[in-house]
Amino acid sequence: MQIVNFTPLASLFGGSLIGLAAVLLMAAIGRIMGATGILSAAVFAEDDRAWRWAILAGMVSGPGLYLLLTGNWPEITVPVSTLSLIVGGVLVGIGVSYGSGCTSGHGVCGLARLSPRSFAAVLTFMAATAITVYVVRHVVGG
Amino acid sequence: MRLLSVYLIGLIFGLGISISGMANPEKVLNFFDITGTWDPSLAFVMGGAVVVAFFGYRYVLKRPGPSFDHMFHVPQNRTIDLKLLGGSAVFGVGWGLSGFCPGGALPAIGTGRIEVLIFTVALIGGMALARYINTHTTKRFQTPGGPALHQPAAHGPITHAPMGPAPDSDKT
Repeated sequence: MQIVNFTPLASLFGGSLIGLAAVLLMAAIGRIMGATGILSAAVFAEDDRAWRWAILAGMVSGPGLYLLLTGNWPEITVPVSTLSLIVGGVLVGIGVSYGSGCTSGHGVCGLARLSPRSFAAVLTFMAATAITVYVVRHVVGG
Repeated sequence: MRLLSVYLIGLIFGLGISISGMANPEKVLNFFDITGTWDPSLAFVMGGAVVVAFFGYRYVLKRPGPSFDHMFHVPQNRTIDLKLLGGSAVFGVGWGLSGFCPGGALPAIGTGRIEVLIFTVALIGGMALARYINTHTTKRFQTPGGPALHQPAAHGPITHAPMGPAPDSDKT
């Protein structure tokens, strides 16, 4: 094991902002801050889409605000192939639809509400992700 | 006012994602690579977010209701079933392959990076596929009670009528 690029303070601060946004969304319109539900309903639902597009617009503006504040774009390094992005994206889309949520909905909002469903979902996807990364990096790619 | 507030909340989320490193697949994948190049940072992202949301929700949910809606739309579904666990497992495989989760990728669209756009198109494609499968196959995976995620959307105005504590969607 080798520890790399560890950024505890930035991550703790960024995470706190994510939690704050979840709390404010509940206070403002009584909704769960789940990227899955917001995106899915923004694209596919037939009504009540305005707030979902508004929050998506805000999210997409986030990196621009980061650029204004720090002078740099947030770092994005993609160490996987385009094929992995496509296959991974489709699997994520299917998985979060059946699983009713992702890291933000289950992982932040669900755990904060002490939802047993979300605990089960988070344990499952964290384990599946860890196994996948292990297989890709150390079994197939090793 | 309502939409402006929601936009600003999205902005806070997008800034948080940008600062935390959740939009960076290298950082995300290294978090899961404990036996290789491990980056424990994401535990701090999740930890910070959950602690703030835990105490914030306790405060907010004691209020009579949200500022711009008539009720809190909190998921009521409590069943832990194959649909939840299987879906989450498939999500994990996709997250492990790509390094992007929806909450990390959506703000990252703002950087204009082609990798993010490719992932997002595939993500929406996967969601469309799941909806198609659900509306064209058996009811095996549909959640009883409430407007489930994959049921075809009802036509007409009845879906969002203020009917008191109606079962909300289990979407999160």
